[in-house]
Amino acid sequence: MTNASENGFVVFDRVQKSYDGETLVVKDLNLSVGRGEFLTMLGPSGSGKTTCLMMLAGFETATHGDILLGGKPINNIPPHKRGIGMVFQNYALFPHMTIAENLSFPLEVRKIGKSEREEKVTRALGMVQMETFGGRRPAQLSGGQQQRVALARALVFEPELVLMDEPLGALDKQLREHMQFEITNLAHELGITTVYVTHDQTEALTMSDNVAVFDDGRIQQLAAPDKLYEEPENSFVAQFIGENNTMLGTIQSVENGVAVVQLDSGDLIDTKPINVSKPGERTRVSIRPERVEFNKDRLHADAHTLKAEVVEFIYMGDIFRTKLKVAGLDDFIIKTRNAPDQRRLQPGEMIEIGWMPEDCRALDA
Amino acid sequence: MSDASTSMSDASTAGPMLAADGTPLKRSLRKALRREKMRALMLIAPLLFFILLTFIAPIADMLFRSVENQIVSNTLPRTVIALDDWDGQEEPGEKVYQALYFDLFVAAEAKEHTKLGTRLNYEETGISSLFRTTGRRSDDIGEAYQDVFEDVDPRFKEAGFWYDMMTAGGGEPDTALMSERLGTMNRLIADLASGDIGFAPAAEISALLPKTAEAYTDFAIFTALADGDVVAEEDPWEAVYAALGVDLANAETRDAVQVYEGPGADALRAAAAAADQLPAGGFKSAFLDVDEDWASQGVWETIKTYSASYTPGYFLNSVDLELSADGISPRDEDQQIYILLFKRTIFMSLTIMFSCILLGYPIAWLLANLPVRTSNLLLILVLLPFWTSLLVRTSAWKVLLQQQGVINDILVWSGIVDDANRLVMINNQFGTIVAMTHILLPFMILPLYSVMQTIPPSYLRAAKSLGATNWTAFWRVYFPQSVPGIGAGSILVFILSIGYYITPELVGGTTGTFISNRIAYHISSSLNWGLAAALGSILLAAVLILYWAYDKIVGIDNVKLG
Repeated sequence: MTNASENGFVVFDRVQKSYDGETLVVKDLNLSVGRGEFLTMLGPSGSGKTTCLMMLAGFETATHGDILLGGKPINNIPPHKRGIGMVFQNYALFPHMTIAENLSFPLEVRKIGKSEREEKVTRALGMVQMETFGGRRPAQLSGGQQQRVALARALVFEPELVLMDEPLGALDKQLREHMQFEITNLAHELGITTVYVTHDQTEALTMSDNVAVFDDGRIQQLAAPDKLYEEPENSFVAQFIGENNTMLGTIQSVENGVAVVQLDSGDLIDTKPINVSKPGERTRVSIRPERVEFNKDRLHADAHTLKAEVVEFIYMGDIFRTKLKVAGLDDFIIKTRNAPDQRRLQPGEMIEIGWMPEDCRALDA
Repeated sequence: MSDASTSMSDASTAGPMLAADGTPLKRSLRKALRREKMRALMLIAPLLFFILLTFIAPIADMLFRSVENQIVSNTLPRTVIALDDWDGQEEPGEKVYQALYFDLFVAAEAKEHTKLGTRLNYEETGISSLFRTTGRRSDDIGEAYQDVFEDVDPRFKEAGFWYDMMTAGGGEPDTALMSERLGTMNRLIADLASGDIGFAPAAEISALLPKTAEAYTDFAIFTALADGDVVAEEDPWEAVYAALGVDLANAETRDAVQVYEGPGADALRAAAAAADQLPAGGFKSAFLDVDEDWASQGVWETIKTYSASYTPGYFLNSVDLELSADGISPRDEDQQIYILLFKRTIFMSLTIMFSCILLGYPIAWLLANLPVRTSNLLLILVLLPFWTSLLVRTSAWKVLLQQQGVINDILVWSGIVDDANRLVMINNQFGTIVAMTHILLPFMILPLYSVMQTIPPSYLRAAKSLGATNWTAFWRVYFPQSVPGIGAGSILVFILSIGYYITPELVGGTTGTFISNRIAYHISSSLNWGLAAALGSILLAAVLILYWAYDKIVGIDNVKLG
């Protein structure tokens, strides 16, 4: 990741962060977020994503490197002068103020006149369909309502950049899905730049223009959601995003963009080399369960296939999930759509599986 | 089972809900809960008993003492009744002095008159010594009568003769008089023994010589129950002779004596004949002989004003007023001290409270926001004073603050203060405020800390991200949420300091003492417990009113102690 461009709206330039002077929590971070972009920082806990967000908000200082906002370095600007809207994990609505007072707060500290303030508060509450709740206290609202108010409060002073730190973590699944949709819509409607932190990959995939996958203090991959899912660039991303079957093996040959890999069980398979190049190199092969094919008619005539024994068949409604014993692994998963012509595999049945070489990615071991 | 199911369905249609065995559900629930309640009660019973005995009861007793004033009517019952008719315009009449004589004589025998003197001395200085001297000489007044009667008939010297005369040789006893005198005596002497007196006045004699019978009965009760002697063997009091004199001064009595037939009738007739030899001028002149203050309007007004069983007098004194014959009036300028002390106590308690807030708030904030390891260490430092004696801490302040003390030495050494003008920092208000702020500081820090711990740091971050400066974020967002802690700490510190005693006593000097020091003085030195109780009651009421006001304004639910 060295493509931190100067013309990005938010730019992290070789940013490092250490709390104890011994270990780096963020290692050499370069990131550029375009104006109006919805960027999600995704990663397991402890991967450095929240630290990055806090550095951007101004609550943590970068140990090294520059953070630029609209082309200007903001390292030495205190948080309250950055003009960045922020939605916190537990909303952080001030409990001693009413909803209207909460929304009015950022306007008051900006010395905006009373009538204009009221107008903006009403508009912001309207944006999140909470017009009638202005006189209530946060404790009188449900989690989803508090979430909307927190969002409205972060937007009411019309910031160009909004940061969200796992804002949907405390909501139940249905409400979470609904709010994902609302937040994305609102962000795009208002044309604001959004940096969103989450550890929920579904959230990241459904909401974002771009997703930065964090691990071990680095961005492992920055890409649009579809690219991230279909074309993971390393085995961490492949395993972290969605479900994957992985098999260890050694490169046999690389020809015409197809690498033949000999699995540890001795079987040969066709793969697409991603970050491997030479024969003899160890590799972790990754294939999505829904891209595995067991109907011979749909496979290449000379494609390598593997013998598999059906271990378990799970009916999941819209899909069938079948567990296979393949090449020494006994938790190889395939997913098939519940279509009228789809065969339901029986445990114990012997089948042959294969895939298009480009769906099977040979990654770092 | 079918029985149970029908009763269940019955319950849902009409009438009270029934339990499975058919009893009303409410009753069986109560029964089930009663065991729980009994168990809870048993668990707290020892503490409850302990508190009742050592805390509630003494407080109730003290509160009662602040209005209780039965000592006057118990010690001088006849005088109080006689004074009812007195209009307060001039000296009271002979009747009042006569009643006073008999009351005071009994009281002096029982050594109760000095207590009354002390009590009335709170209201009018000089009464204490007046009562003491008069009590000492109450015998003399009666002796004048005794001498006359013993000259008339030597049998009047004999205990047995008196006994026979007063029992009329075993005539019908006057039980009403006996029980009345016994009641009076019991009120006068709190720990009077009970038992057989071995005497009962004859109805015949009490009709003939009412005063004498009364005085002799008093004598008999006292001799038998207080001294434990045999009535028939003891010489009667001088007061009995005086009573006989009073009786025989009445012409009708003298006539009745002529026809009396009982034991000693001849001696009585002889005494009646000698009535003109009895001291002239009566009891009034006798009292004025003893001490001319008995003619003082003030003394009699005081006795009359405080003759009621319950008095607001102590409370009035507590606010520098006094009860006089014309109603409530302010006390003399030089006696006005309590209003000043109350004001000072409240002012200094408020000052201490605000000092504690100012000093404690930053500490509590630090404690709540530091990493746990560091904050635990700091918390131990905060609690450290609790592990040392209060006296040691107060004495330490004496060492630090006195004129030859550490702080003054440092100031002089560094040249800030001239050696001749060393600062006076102790034995005044400043010393009390400093020492008490130090002692009460943990009581402010701990509730503040526990409240601040519950305020997530994300509120401050949110405020800053919304554009608030550090100060605005603190003042508009953090501070309002810490108010319950300030409230709890303030209530604790204020209530503790308003009743504080030891520290002001040690470092307060004259200008830094609290009302509690005055209460202690009245409890242990002046022994004016009634005033101490009244002052204490006012203090208690003030605290309760403040507590109530706080509840109204801030709401006691908002107070968090931890």
